[in-house]
Amino acid sequence: MAMTLNDDQNMLRDSARDFMASEAPVTHFRKFRDMGCKDGFSHDLWKQFAEMGFTGILIPEADGGMGMGQIEAGIVLEEIGRNLSPSPFLTTSVAAVEALKMADKAMRDRWFPGILAGETVIGIAIEEGVKHRPEKIACVATRSGNGFKLTGQKQFVVQGASSDMLIVAARTAGAAGETDGLTLFAVDKDAAGLSMEATRLLDSAVAAHVQLDGVQVDADAIIGEVDGGWTVLSKMLDAGRVGAAAEMVGVGTGAMDMTFDYLKTRKQFDRVIGEFQALQHRAAHLYGEMEGARSIVLKAQSLMDEGHAKAELYVAAAKAKAGLACNLSVREGVQMHGGIGMTDEYDIGLYMKRDRSLNEFFGDAYYHADRVATMNGY
Amino acid sequence: MSDLETFRTEARAWLEENCPAEMRTPAKGDDDVCWGGRNFVFQSEAQKLWLERCVAKGYTVPDWPKAYGGAGLSPQETKILRQEMAKLGCRSPLNSFGIWMLGPALLKFGTEEQKVHYMGQIARGEIRWCQGYSEPGSGSDLVSMQTFGEDKGDHWVVNGQKIWTSYADKADWIFCLVRTDKANKYHGISFLLFDMETAGVTTKPIKLISGNSPFCETFFDNVVVPKDQVVGEINRGWDVAKYLLGHEREMISGMGGDGGVTSIGAAMKATLSEEPVLRAQMALFDVDNLTFRAHGERFMDEWKTGKAHPAYSNLMKYVGTELNKKRNELVMSIGGSQALEWESERANGGSKARNWLRTKANSIEGGTSEVMLNVVSKRILEMPGG
Ligand SMILES: Cc1cc2nc3c(=O)[nH]c(=O)nc-3n(C[C@H](O)[C@H](O)[C@H](O)COP(=O)(O)OP(=O)(O)OC[C@H]3O[C@@H](n4cnc5c(N)ncnc54)[C@H](O)[C@@H]3O)c2cc1C
Ligand SMILES: Cc1cc2nc3c(=O)[nH]c(=O)nc-3n(C[C@H](O)[C@H](O)[C@H](O)COP(=O)(O)OP(=O)(O)OC[C@H]3O[C@@H](n4cnc5c(N)ncnc54)[C@H](O)[C@@H]3O)c2cc1C
Repeated sequence: MAMTLNDDQNMLRDSARDFMASEAPVTHFRKFRDMGCKDGFSHDLWKQFAEMGFTGILIPEADGGMGMGQIEAGIVLEEIGRNLSPSPFLTTSVAAVEALKMADKAMRDRWFPGILAGETVIGIAIEEGVKHRPEKIACVATRSGNGFKLTGQKQFVVQGASSDMLIVAARTAGAAGETDGLTLFAVDKDAAGLSMEATRLLDSAVAAHVQLDGVQVDADAIIGEVDGGWTVLSKMLDAGRVGAAAEMVGVGTGAMDMTFDYLKTRKQFDRVIGEFQALQHRAAHLYGEMEGARSIVLKAQSLMDEGHAKAELYVAAAKAKAGLACNLSVREGVQMHGGIGMTDEYDIGLYMKRDRSLNEFFGDAYYHADRVATMNGY
Repeated sequence: MSDLETFRTEARAWLEENCPAEMRTPAKGDDDVCWGGRNFVFQSEAQKLWLERCVAKGYTVPDWPKAYGGAGLSPQETKILRQEMAKLGCRSPLNSFGIWMLGPALLKFGTEEQKVHYMGQIARGEIRWCQGYSEPGSGSDLVSMQTFGEDKGDHWVVNGQKIWTSYADKADWIFCLVRTDKANKYHGISFLLFDMETAGVTTKPIKLISGNSPFCETFFDNVVVPKDQVVGEINRGWDVAKYLLGHEREMISGMGGDGGVTSIGAAMKATLSEEPVLRAQMALFDVDNLTFRAHGERFMDEWKTGKAHPAYSNLMKYVGTELNKKRNELVMSIGGSQALEWESERANGGSKARNWLRTKANSIEGGTSEVMLNVVSKRILEMPGG
């Protein structure tokens, strides 16, 4: 595949760019933050996403969706990132859809229509500790009736308390640390024994700590194979990771553009500060890092879309690089804005908070650099 | 099968039939590299044969037009040929500044006669070129150069000094920036071509920190250069020089030592597993390396379709050369005391240490990293100030 967007993708980018800039710019984010919205996003906006065709971008055409790939999902995510648009797109339309694509027809029919309509929100309940350790999952599912009983706890379930369903990874066999023996379940938000404590994050998103006390689920709640959940989980996580990476390209680019504009207008010492070479070199270096991040993310997306054997390696590298570059962008952004960069009134600090959250989501840069090393044989 | 797939099959078959087995092993050092030229001594029959066959097929410069010694391949076909050569481990049949730098400049600025003559010589490996840009007082600030050509009607008489002229002592001809109008800084430089055997040209090798001496001081003492040996218009050589630098930067940015996406970490597993901090550095390097390869791919695709910013190769040069230096730092750290050995057979004649030192020049030659950052900041980011 050529490493450039084709005409259709450019059109999608233009419409996503116009849409986010007009319907969900940073002022929209501020509005929902300042009202202390319990969901952390607007349900009306989610419906508008559906009208634009965004919510079903990854849903197969046979299931009524657009049948597109990670590149297209990434195009939307970049604009989300650039505008800090709060939405369930990454968790619901990217990660959850990727998992549900591997579910049976009854399950797809149950959830895809709501996602397509912008009515359904799905939470991803994987993490059990403060760092991303999917293979260490200890939450247990024991056979009970025609299905399983789930017991354990989950955390960092973004938009969990606003979700209609949670995708829960639990252990049906084996011990923590093993990739075999995991199973994925679709758990209804109203299931008995399921409780959640919603908690606000630094970027104003709302995540949940989830308690599962013997939650009974039927066999038809299983996504994929019993004990073979690692395959579905890996796909879901990789979609979420490359998606988060694309969003970070948007966040980093948004912060960078804002900073470069500031360098061209702020005057000190009788000069525009962009004239100072000390800042110019750092700006040029940052641009190079962001361009690199953009490239590796595109590469990872296209390898995923091709089903290439190296996709996993590139997704790990992309999540790591996008994380490092976006982080550099927001740090340089705040620094180069001087005192004003430290104020809540100015947007650059909002980008810094969003970056921190996305960096942590589905494994940080160090986690993924470590995976690159392992996959590269050392 | 698409045309490109047909081309791939044919190219592969041709390479399998024509590339001698000996030329499918990695070159061990600079001696194994074929630079061509009047005085080049072939290291083996296979090296000579490989060059001759590629010359006949136009494969020393596959993307040049057939009329000038190339094979007239499209960018896509050239990429495929390179991929197939890499898969079979084929060595480059011919390396030269003529191919990388002068050729593209001639293609853009040369007369038809110059193209046929000089590009043909380059493609056939007959003439080896060197680049006379830098002077003792003019490095990054190249346009301040002073080497002067006095107008004598149908020729110039050139006097002055160049420095850091790579392989000047081995080259047959030089492409040289010469001031032909002292009153005009930018529009007072001409791009001249002349034979290094012309009376008045002398070279003096300079030894590098790597112990090798690939470059020289080059002196011109009343050197006569006929007027038809100018490329482009008289006094407009700066345009040619800048265009050529773009290519040079592209070329240097493409160098990543062994180049590929393959990690050097696997072979060093034993050491890395005992040193978690070093392993972590290696891991972060691999992330950057995969990133750079993807970046290069994207840049080439955008370049071909005219979407890349004209100054973008400056960014690639900066990123690529800094990465290559990092790679060699890691190779030295992992190599430990053996990488310190300067001469022994065991340490392959000190190749790690010498390569490591050589790579330090990557971010100096062809424009320094700082100059690249200046260009990116001014031309791409459009930062203010002179
Ligand atoms: C939390 C906080 C508390 C503060 N408390 C006080 C206080 O109590 N009293 C008080 O008077 N002030 C206070 N300040 C203000 C502080 O001293 C200024 O913010 C600081 O001097 C920088 O000035 P500036 O914000 O105008 O940034 P600018 O000067 O506009 O700088 C913007 C960017 O340009 C860079 N820059 C500027 N000039 C150059 C140059 N010549 N070369 C290279 N780079 C350059 C800066 O490093 C910075 O990255 C406080 C600031 C903060 C954030
Ligand atoms: C291995 C090697 C091969 C070479 N081969 C050739 C060749 O074949 N032909 C040829 O003509 N030349 C060749 N060169 C020369 C090369 O192009 C110059 O060394 C290079 O342009 C830098 O010039 P300089 O050495 O005079 O350094 P200077 O320009 O004196 O630079 C010294 C330091 O100052 C920094 N600096 C300079 N200006 C600025 C600025 N405006 N802003 C910020 N920092 C600045 C530089 O980045 C550098 O770090 C070669 C050099 C090397 C190392």
